[in-house]
Amino acid sequence: MTTTPQAARRASPRKRRPATPAAPDPSAELLPQAEPVRLLDPDGTTLPPRADYPEPPVEALREMYRRMVVGRRFDAQATALTKQGRLAVYPSSRGQEACQVGGVLALRDDDWVFPTYRESMALTARGIDPVEVLTLLRGDWHCGYDPTEVRTAPQCTPLATQCVHAAGLAYGESYQGRDTVALVYIGDGATSEGDFHEGVNFAAVFKAPVVYFVQNNRYAISVPLSRQTAAPTLAYKGVGYGVPSEQVDGNDPVAVLAVLNRAVAHARAGKGPYLVEAHTYRMEPHTNADDQTRYRDPDEVEAWRDRDPIVRLESYLRARGVLDDAAVAEIAEQAEAYAARLRERMNSQPTVDPLSLFEHVYARPTPQLVEQREQVRAELAAAQEEDA
Amino acid sequence: MATMTMAKALNAALADAMLDDERVVVFGEDVGQLGGVFRITDGLQARFGDKRCFDTPLAEAGIVGFAVGLAMSGLRPVVEMQFDAFAYPAFEQIASHVAKLRNRTRGALSVPMVIRVPYAGGIGGVEHHCDSSEAYYAHTPGLKVVTPATVADAYSLLREAIDDPDPVVFMEPKKLYFGSAEAELPARTEPFGRAVVRRPGRDATLVAYGPAVPVALEAAEAAREEGWDLEVVDVRTIVPFDDATVTASVRRTGRCVVIQEAQGFAGVGAEIAARVQERCFHALHAPVLRVSGLDIPYPAPMLEHTHLPSVDRVLDAVARLQFDDQPDGRWLAEGSAA
Ligand SMILES: Cc1ncc(C[n+]2csc(CCOP(=O)(O)OP(=O)(O)O)c2C)c(N)n1
Ligand SMILES: [Mg+2]
Repeated sequence: MTTTPQAARRASPRKRRPATPAAPDPSAELLPQAEPVRLLDPDGTTLPPRADYPEPPVEALREMYRRMVVGRRFDAQATALTKQGRLAVYPSSRGQEACQVGGVLALRDDDWVFPTYRESMALTARGIDPVEVLTLLRGDWHCGYDPTEVRTAPQCTPLATQCVHAAGLAYGESYQGRDTVALVYIGDGATSEGDFHEGVNFAAVFKAPVVYFVQNNRYAISVPLSRQTAAPTLAYKGVGYGVPSEQVDGNDPVAVLAVLNRAVAHARAGKGPYLVEAHTYRMEPHTNADDQTRYRDPDEVEAWRDRDPIVRLESYLRARGVLDDAAVAEIAEQAEAYAARLRERMNSQPTVDPLSLFEHVYARPTPQLVEQREQVRAELAAAQEEDA
Repeated sequence: MATMTMAKALNAALADAMLDDERVVVFGEDVGQLGGVFRITDGLQARFGDKRCFDTPLAEAGIVGFAVGLAMSGLRPVVEMQFDAFAYPAFEQIASHVAKLRNRTRGALSVPMVIRVPYAGGIGGVEHHCDSSEAYYAHTPGLKVVTPATVADAYSLLREAIDDPDPVVFMEPKKLYFGSAEAELPARTEPFGRAVVRRPGRDATLVAYGPAVPVALEAAEAAREEGWDLEVVDVRTIVPFDDATVTASVRRTGRCVVIQEAQGFAGVGAEIAARVQERCFHALHAPVLRVSGLDIPYPAPMLEHTHLPSVDRVLDAVARLQFDDQPDGRWLAEGSAA
């Protein structure tokens, strides 16, 4: 006699297991909200408060406003300096002020920032000397500031490579008993690079306190977001690595700071990395050298003017009664003074020493470099003699 | 004195460095529990704990980039690339960051680290396991590139690499891993930047490094039967390169063959030959010759012996060094053919 499996099962009924509650969906804690977190309407009026993202203290928001205004003025000045030939090139972050400033405001001074070429504004908002920030683009050296002093890595051009450095640094800090957090700025396009994935994965596996802050400004030079990913949002990219991820309206300064505050607190508490995607928009071409008419409609850019993060925060702060005409004027003046001082300092041609080329290749120059240095020294001396 | 393998000496160097400097951390693929596919990290995790010696996700750019961050935080990472060809995913991190961070920051930020790369062939390995990748690193300013050919050097150079203020690509010739020699640890041999005369001779200089050094020594031994007394120079540190020792030797002998296992075109041997020619022109009695691997992708195991520089090929090259002061007919034919 043959028995079907069903019959066999009927013949020996399995013991009924006690009803267990459905196991919690492990992705629930990782997935971003369905809509970007928003605490202010585009016109600056407040939305209902949220328990998950408490509004940052109003003094912090006022300071954020100040740095955003100064930052935008700095950014415009840098673009102007390219026209005067003082900078080789400048990638503007106009329109991304909430992200640029929010990222550094969420950190302590002893935390580390891992910026890209886009983050000149963020670095000046962090208090780094703007001339040192622009050294790279002026062309007298690569990184103009001392990274160890300002706890900021050199601005990173090879896309996404900084994602792994941050994981290593943050892990190394916690390994040595320090509660440093590292915040990585990265663009939407760069999340397609392998090093983004390797960095997020390393941070997750080693529970490194890193915040990956994706500024989704909708373009990678000319290539739109739709060519980078089929994911519902870039915030989904953290989920596969077990990293809690959130999306936020990147032109809502209050929400940006609130979400980053939570992300930084999560990392600092030893719970591992966090990923935040900010939906924003690059108002200017990729750099001053780019021709954006070849790939985007001016109407699209115009539409984003209505979502200006500075206007939004200003109307909110005015409504809260912590900002008035006089204060706005005073901050605008500070911004002008900042730009004027920068203009003045960038006005002179920096002196560069050709012999410095040999100084920092190795801790001590190799015999071959010593030889080449002597050769250059002789060339320079000969040229000088000719001039005389 | 004890007899030990190069693998054991490398393992001892790692252990001693970890003991002497608690900033030293060792990581990579399978280096923890397993002790590495070549067992170079054998026992380190058991001895020093899984914070000092640990496995990582499988991602070579991740491993090297992670090391950059760790070095920035003050640690001394020593990472293992499992095989030569599997270090290629890390090349961007190596060329754009590891090699350049000191320079980009005018010395404010340095990333001392050691990237260990088991390299080269001669072990019957299948494809992607036998590349000689030293030229890529040697061509990248900011990196030091070191390759031991003896057991004592393996220990000493690795210790020095870990202590060095600059990043070091430490190339370990796989086929020499399990050869034994007498050595006393902790061995301290010549420092970085110094080549060594492994065998003195008067008639010609063989310049070699890594896996080619034993070939050169064997060729020199065989050449005695032909009446040639050959000197063998072991380069040891490709970067920084020791022009002085090589130049002194060739000026003495007046003849030079450069031997490398890597494919020849645009290789380290080409650089050495050019440097010798520039510095020793008036002492040379014959063109500087190269013996190298063929300019092909590393061949399948059953064909690798045809590819690898052999003692016979070295001796053929030596025979072309115009000992009878007759120019090699080949050089003359080439120009007059048209
Ligand atoms: C590895 C690498 N590939 C290509 C480039 C050239 N490149 C510079 S910026 C850029 C676009 C990056 O876009 P995104 O990540 O969205 O950042 P955004 O410029 O918009 O801030 C490209 C392709 C590069 N810097 N690095
Ligand atoms: Mg972009």
